Amino acid sequence: MFSHPLLRFVRDDRQIHFMRGRHAGLIISALLSIASLLLFFKPGLNLGLDFRGGVIVETHSPSAEDPAHMRAILKAGQVNAASVQTFGSPQDIRIAINLPRGGEDEHVTQKLVDHVRSVITQAIPGVQIQRADAVGGSVSSELFRDGILALLFSLGMILVYIWFRFEREFALSAVITLILDLTKTIGFLVITRFEFDLVMVAALLTILGYSTNDKVVVYDRIRENLRKYRTMPLRDLLDLSINETLNRTLGTSMTVFLAALPLALFGGSTLTGFATVMLFGIVVGTSSSIFIAAPLLLLMGRKRLRPAEQ
Amino acid sequence: MVCTIYGMAFGLFIINVFEVLEPPMLYYSRLRMLGVAGVCLIAALLCLPNFMKSPLPSLPWHQVHLGLDLRGGSYLLLQLDTQTLQHDRLQSLEGQVRQSLLDSHVGYRDIRRDDAQASLIVTPRAAMEHDADRNALEALISATPREVTLEEQAGSFILRLTKESIRNRAREAVTRSIEIVRRRIDSTGAIDPSIAREGEDRIVLELPGISDPQRIKALLGTTARMTFHLLSPDLTHAGPGTTLLPLADGHGQLAVEDKIDVDGANLADAAATMSDNQWVVSLKFDNKGAEDFARITTANVGKPFAIVLDGRILTSPVINGPITAGQGIITGSFSARSASDLALLLRAGALPAPLTVVEQRSIGPSLGAASIHAGIISLAVGFVLVVLFMLLFYARFGFYADIALFANLVLILAVLSLFEATLTLPGMAGILLTLGMAVDANILINERIREEVRLGRKPLQALQVGFQRATGTIIDSNATAFLAHVMLFVFGTGAVRNFALTITIGIATTLFTTLIVSRMLIIRWYAHKRPQELPV
Repeated sequence: MFSHPLLRFVRDDRQIHFMRGRHAGLIISALLSIASLLLFFKPGLNLGLDFRGGVIVETHSPSAEDPAHMRAILKAGQVNAASVQTFGSPQDIRIAINLPRGGEDEHVTQKLVDHVRSVITQAIPGVQIQRADAVGGSVSSELFRDGILALLFSLGMILVYIWFRFEREFALSAVITLILDLTKTIGFLVITRFEFDLVMVAALLTILGYSTNDKVVVYDRIRENLRKYRTMPLRDLLDLSINETLNRTLGTSMTVFLAALPLALFGGSTLTGFATVMLFGIVVGTSSSIFIAAPLLLLMGRKRLRPAEQ
Repeated sequence: MVCTIYGMAFGLFIINVFEVLEPPMLYYSRLRMLGVAGVCLIAALLCLPNFMKSPLPSLPWHQVHLGLDLRGGSYLLLQLDTQTLQHDRLQSLEGQVRQSLLDSHVGYRDIRRDDAQASLIVTPRAAMEHDADRNALEALISATPREVTLEEQAGSFILRLTKESIRNRAREAVTRSIEIVRRRIDSTGAIDPSIAREGEDRIVLELPGISDPQRIKALLGTTARMTFHLLSPDLTHAGPGTTLLPLADGHGQLAVEDKIDVDGANLADAAATMSDNQWVVSLKFDNKGAEDFARITTANVGKPFAIVLDGRILTSPVINGPITAGQGIITGSFSARSASDLALLLRAGALPAPLTVVEQRSIGPSLGAASIHAGIISLAVGFVLVVLFMLLFYARFGFYADIALFANLVLILAVLSLFEATLTLPGMAGILLTLGMAVDANILINERIREEVRLGRKPLQALQVGFQRATGTIIDSNATAFLAHVMLFVFGTGAVRNFALTITIGIATTLFTTLIVSRMLIIRWYAHKRPQELPV
């Protein structure tokens, strides 16, 4: 077992002609991204507490608890809950309350969470309040702004870095690919109805960083081959570079995937959504490294990278 | 012992930075190997305290702090009310202006506050007094340059607080509030609270172990500014110099003179005590307070006065006789809890402006324990999966990568411990993802070596070229991930920041473990065995 690897993803001498599928790849990717954008506008992201403001209370009752019962208790306490659901075990209930009218008045939100807590603890003996979060209107809009800024700045920094290390065509194709990846992930978020909160922004940024990393490795090889094979047509050269790095691309994706998988399975309510989105992002990022980033480079860079072909 | 360990860690750190920048050729001296082993050993030592109960004198004692989501507790974000601060400042400026115009015997028709513009509009009585007014106002504001600007507009003078002075005041007020919040929190017996400034006008409060922060919120929601006033002769109507204030018990209101006769800032002590089978708060004034109190009670025997707390009249007793001992009691319908809370607030002092809770996050202890469990299970399973993958796909070199991976985990934990950083559930996720990404460098090196072998290079050459070519790629790919997470750290808050922190630390340790540890293992094996074929 020590002397030779037992498994390989792809045989070393296999040459797959990825560039043949470049139009199909780009079109499918564009369609998926457009669909995601449409989903983003309607029905839109399921904004989490961080960005929407309001109150979330999670309770753990000594015995199984009917959400309808909990709803009745809240109603009796004059609390108008947006959703009351069991999650995890039948003893656990999650209550979400929207930002009350006049939510800009922070006192209202803060009073509400204390009120909900006392209503529930009085009605159900032995109940444990597992989580009680209240985010006021001003904070939530700030958090949202910061999240978006973080995403934009990251994209900007990546653009500058690749531009600096490679050339303009590389930087532009990388950022376009990343935007395509990002939009698909947002579409995935809309479809799965995972709550979009700060942790999700972290997931998006991690996907960005990871996906860039993947592209950088392929680009690095393309650059190397451009110097090595002065006369090879760009199309063949891209195919060669992708094939040469294929085992690495798949290998790294696999290890990150394996690392994120247990988080999605056992991570608990906080991390399940985060890790599932990560898994999706890894798959998207890996396939876009192969099918999108290089074809884009072919489209944009033909003139500059291989002037002789004209 | 502890100092030696720090010194060595620092020295090794420097050596290793140079090593990454200028990797050695295929030879590792005994000294270098000892150095690398030393770093790992020290890292392991630094991790130890996290698994032990009580400190050992011979060991540097730094532990990772568990975040609130793992140990249970509350996070509160408090916002200082800068509006009130500015309003108070304008009000006192108005007082100063009146006084100074009075002192210089200049009249005025009107002084108006404009809170939205942070300004005070002084209208002179007649055009002939215009210059005298201006001189008086200029003299006044020259005492505090850069705080107030003076403009003329349509025959009126506009005194405006500068943005800078408003900001400075807010900053000072936050600093003072932090001190008072700390005193209030400490006297509730909260364990290990953390209170920190956030931005210009906010305070972050972390209370481990307190999963129901209701009482704390109530304590912080009170400014606790206590003042003693005489009641107005006309109890039911507000006039010039008097204001109608509500009674604390909610039944009606009384007109109170605006002039503060004794200020709660001059309290020396306050305590909850029993008097006539009732809970009361007993007060003790400092010298100035005692003097003021003696003067006012001597001059006004038989008249009622009001004890006002945050704009509400707590009680309005009649002055029975001069009180010169500098002591007094406040009666009211107190319970044991409310009397001791009021005493606590008075002891801790008044906040410079009201604080509002704008964000609360509370986690119960059992959920925290469940999260630790989930985090550790995920970490263990993820680690094992990655280790198995590397063994199956990269044989012996995969095994070395696994050793480096373990060293990486130890190093991350050591750095977190050394800085006594906080670890949250997203932080644990960050560690796990780092481990998944870390082997990327090993995969890059291995694939490269394999390629070189396929090109017909001899093992030694293949290793050499493989390492050399892969290093550039590794640094490039890690740099981009690093940038993305630094952004996340800068813009993120709370748990997200922690995620970014562990990943950023992880990227740094990854460079060490892959570019140095695993490479050293491979080269050592090669030097020992001199194999004809590489296991790639």
